[in-house]
Amino acid sequence: MSDLDTFRADTRAWLEENCPAEMRQPARGDGDACWGGRKFEFSSDAQKQWLERMAAKGWTAPMWPADYGGGGLSAAEAKVLQQEMARINARPPLSSFGIWMLGPALLKFGTEAQKKEHLPPIVRGEIRWCQGYSEPGAGSDLAGLQTKAVDRGDHYIINGQKVWTSYADQADWIFCLVRTDPSAPKHKGISFVLFDMDQPGVEARPIKLISGYSFFCETYFTDARAEKKNLVYEENKGWDVAKYLLGHEREMISGMGLGGGGGKPLPAMAKDAVGEEADGRLADPLLRAEIAMFEVRSAAYRAQAERFADEFKAGRGNPAQPSMMKYYGTELNKRRNELVMAAGGSDALEWDSEESGGGKKARDWLRSKGNSVEGGTSEIQLNIISKRILELPS
Amino acid sequence: MPLYLTEDQEMLRDSAEGFVREKAPVAHMRKLRDADDGTGYDPALWREFAEMGFTSILMSEDEGGLGLGHVEAGVVMEEIGKNLTPSPLLSTGIAAVAALKHGGAQHRDKWYPKIAAGEAVAAIAVDEGAKHDPAATAMTAARSGNGFKLSGRKTFVTHGHVADLLIVAARTGGSAGDADGITLFAVEKGAKGLKADPRRLADASIAARLEFDNVEVTADAVIGEVDGGWGPLNALLGAGRAAASAEMLGVGQGAADITVNYLKERKQFGVPIGSFQALQHRAAHLYAELEVARAAVLKAQQLLDEGSEKAHKAVHVAKAMTGWTTTLAVQEGVQMHAGVGMTDEYDIGLYMKRGRTLAELFGDANYHADRLAREAGY
Ligand SMILES: Cc1cc2nc3c(=O)[nH]c(=O)nc-3n(C[C@H](O)[C@H](O)[C@H](O)COP(=O)(O)OP(=O)(O)OC[C@H]3O[C@@H](n4cnc5c(N)ncnc54)[C@H](O)[C@@H]3O)c2cc1C
Repeated sequence: MSDLDTFRADTRAWLEENCPAEMRQPARGDGDACWGGRKFEFSSDAQKQWLERMAAKGWTAPMWPADYGGGGLSAAEAKVLQQEMARINARPPLSSFGIWMLGPALLKFGTEAQKKEHLPPIVRGEIRWCQGYSEPGAGSDLAGLQTKAVDRGDHYIINGQKVWTSYADQADWIFCLVRTDPSAPKHKGISFVLFDMDQPGVEARPIKLISGYSFFCETYFTDARAEKKNLVYEENKGWDVAKYLLGHEREMISGMGLGGGGGKPLPAMAKDAVGEEADGRLADPLLRAEIAMFEVRSAAYRAQAERFADEFKAGRGNPAQPSMMKYYGTELNKRRNELVMAAGGSDALEWDSEESGGGKKARDWLRSKGNSVEGGTSEIQLNIISKRILELPS
Repeated sequence: MPLYLTEDQEMLRDSAEGFVREKAPVAHMRKLRDADDGTGYDPALWREFAEMGFTSILMSEDEGGLGLGHVEAGVVMEEIGKNLTPSPLLSTGIAAVAALKHGGAQHRDKWYPKIAAGEAVAAIAVDEGAKHDPAATAMTAARSGNGFKLSGRKTFVTHGHVADLLIVAARTGGSAGDADGITLFAVEKGAKGLKADPRRLADASIAARLEFDNVEVTADAVIGEVDGGWGPLNALLGAGRAAASAEMLGVGQGAADITVNYLKERKQFGVPIGSFQALQHRAAHLYAELEVARAAVLKAQQLLDEGSEKAHKAVHVAKAMTGWTTTLAVQEGVQMHAGVGMTDEYDIGLYMKRGRTLAELFGDANYHADRLAREAGY
């Protein structure tokens, strides 16, 4: 047996032993996701157990170095772990901006002390992070941000406002872009700092969304304090960190294109709603055609996601490729949700009935519209592809 | 296995790229077309393909081949697509070779060495109507003594008028629409009662309409089992569709590359047209579609090489996806070239025509999307 086969056998056995049965049921929604952090309430003992067991092996962040609490796996081993988890429908043990976004940036730009301090609690799901990038005047033009940080020797004092800060009200810490040099050209006066949200100068006000959910906030800083030791990379070089992190954020969001997370497949959903012909075909031929075309793209995108992951783990591929993935995956997810609504008809419009699961389809459909906005809009991704991959003139 | 080319496969790609670009660039295709060549390919070039090993990629080393797989075959097909090279590689070195892996050794013993040497060309006679639908095969193969008599018509048989070997799907049982009852036959050039009517297509390739009037073949001509041709036919079609997808990807990528270059060169309003965001976004969207199509093609090829049962579905996905994507690429290409895009002098229009032909070959995108839906039970 090759080392990888041994690893697969061991992993399979370990998962069989350690993944609670309840964690092998499809998640019913965001409520079933485990986000961790100081304020998090586990929805069940199984959820807590699953996180703790996986975290102990570092498998919440399988490829991070073991020194920082990660699993220390190779790309090939990480793929095996993922396949074995998929095989038993294991839920992700932890959903985490720390793992998807901050961690990769710290691994690349952080000091040894910063990695030692911040990475292990992320792996264990003890500290939950949020992202303070966007501001009312700085969306697509992110580098136009105005939140100010003033140097006070061993710390900065921060004043300003962020917006669309996902889960700011649930998060423990924030990774935040601040202006440290107002006189420099806009990309050159930005720094990347980390600070605790649990302080008097920080206030997060939830914003209600079209989906009725409110998971993102306006976030205000009034003389908030960030320690100098939590400046990541150099002062005024935060844009490099910010961009690198965005690549990982886009990669994460592109996963949206992979589909509905264990729910009923679209064709079956459509059959329930519109019925079938004698030969088993969907009774609505145009809806059937639309679904069939979507399913082809969806399968092709799954292959692309695998290719992208394989290439990135091997250090191949264009560095701007996450923009392509983000663009395609989110547009695909929006399409999927449109088809879910088309298949569901008026039943899918119910907003809070029991049968509709509290309006899950309608709310997910509306939520999906944000996919092509968050992490940089589709138009911005197309700009990046044009410039950095196709090298078209500006 | 990671979903990208291995080092060996990349080396093969580099050598195929250099070889095809040098020997058979678009100018080569134009030359054949403008000379009104009736063969449909260049036999000297075909022998050179053989010397490179391209015609025997799918044959095992024992059989005198390279012992490689569909990924490698696709690598070569993509270069053929990029250069619009007229070549019998797809029908001969890929589809026919895949079909002959089934059934008796007599076919392999006879044809593999000739194909490996670039001395024989094969054609695939499956379609009978304007749209691909193999289950609808109506051509009959009636038992006659020790053998069969084939009667009926075939269409869209690329290289069918010059092929030394025809792989023919005919019905020994069941009726049109049934998968059962189809038998695959190896029919040789010059068979009595066989008439070939070559037609030039929009892309300047030549496809024959074939008429079989009681064409006699021996029992030995059967590939695989009598009435059980659906298996080898699907092996043939799986290989052929994967190869057509790879070629189509080459056509789409080639069209996109030419177009992106044009966007950088052509100036209007005092600036390169590639600086207009309306065009940038369309080019970027096309890039994304091509990347996704490329992954679908590679996935199908890898699964075919693994002998996975998932390959069947993946091939449908690849053929449908490349059908749409290449259609998009050539349409955007012509539009962004505008006036010159409409001229015969510029290559972009040739890509459009080749893309259209390949989109139909072995089933268009709708056909494959529909098959997937049926097989998924809706
Ligand atoms: C669900 C969700 C979660 C989010 N979470 C966070 C978070 O946690 N932290 C955070 O910091 N931010 C977050 N955001 C904010 C997000 O990053 C911004 O909304 C996004 O970058 C766009 O900025 P904007 O909303 O100001 O739109 P604008 O920049 O005002 O864009 C408006 C329109 O103009 C287009 N446009 C703008 N510039 C160009 C251009 N150069 N070329 C072509 N078109 C252009 C855009 O594509 C868009 O269609 C989140 C957003 C959403 C929807």
